Amino acid sequence: MKQPEPVQVIKKRRDAALSDLVGGIPYIGFLGVTFERRGDELTSTLPYGEHLVGNPILPALHGGAVGAFLEIAAQIELGWQTYWPQFEAGATGPKLIPKTIDFTVDYLRSGLPRDAYARAVVNRSGRRFASVHVEAWQDNRNKLFAQATGHFLMPQTEG
Amino acid sequence: MNDVDKKAKVAQQFIEAIPHSRALEMQVDKISTGNAVLSLPYNERFVGDPESGVLHGGVVTALLDTAMGAAVVCHPQSMGGTATIDLRIDYMRPATKGQRLRAEANCYRVTRSVAFVRATAYDEGDEPVAAAAGAFTVEGAKP
Repeated sequence: MKQPEPVQVIKKRRDAALSDLVGGIPYIGFLGVTFERRGDELTSTLPYGEHLVGNPILPALHGGAVGAFLEIAAQIELGWQTYWPQFEAGATGPKLIPKTIDFTVDYLRSGLPRDAYARAVVNRSGRRFASVHVEAWQDNRNKLFAQATGHFLMPQTEG
Repeated sequence: MNDVDKKAKVAQQFIEAIPHSRALEMQVDKISTGNAVLSLPYNERFVGDPESGVLHGGVVTALLDTAMGAAVVCHPQSMGGTATIDLRIDYMRPATKGQRLRAEANCYRVTRSVAFVRATAYDEGDEPVAAAAGAFTVEGAKP
């Protein structure tokens, strides 16, 4: 019987694949978005920063920053799901990021000046198009402060 | 200084008071009743695809959202601030690397509690980069 891979090998490969996927995108770094991985499940975090504020009096997060955070969470989730079978099979190749076709954000509560979290679900992923839903919360997982649905164009590998 | 210039100056101060807009170096180009034109410079820190050097969709979202909010605030029926209720963005094409991004927003309808806004984003060309439609809150409207 084939021995299962050592846990460190698996972790190292998956963490490297994730940082490969995310690391090259400057805007993710500018916003400060980070990703946590549990197996193939990703949670995105938007750590609070003064540069994310849209209403300094309340204060509240900027709608654009929240929208951007959700779009990044959706896009990375889709890229990750697409890329997963490739790197798990040991293949290397360009990690193409899906392109957004449209994105609809539903602002449910004002974003408080603290960290925000998001998880995305790929509802449908075809050869050309994908539909992704994403939910974001702050203090309480059951009280979403924003959610969004977006359609993406799948990266086309040549050939 | 005429009325339009005064309004643009107030709008510029308003935008500069928003940390996220300041971080993205947003600038007010034009303000009129229920209309706002905002732009931001190309910046390598805002790139979404390092291979093409194209700005991330999130930057387009932030500019459109801010321009739309500004259009609501400068509508005569809205008296105070605003917040986004819902925002839909269609991305038509990537913004050209190295070019400024501009958003033109029009607040076309205001009710007692909701403002309806449309906006289009361009780079330095005439073909739209993205289009947006949104609903915003109205605060302190005239009864």
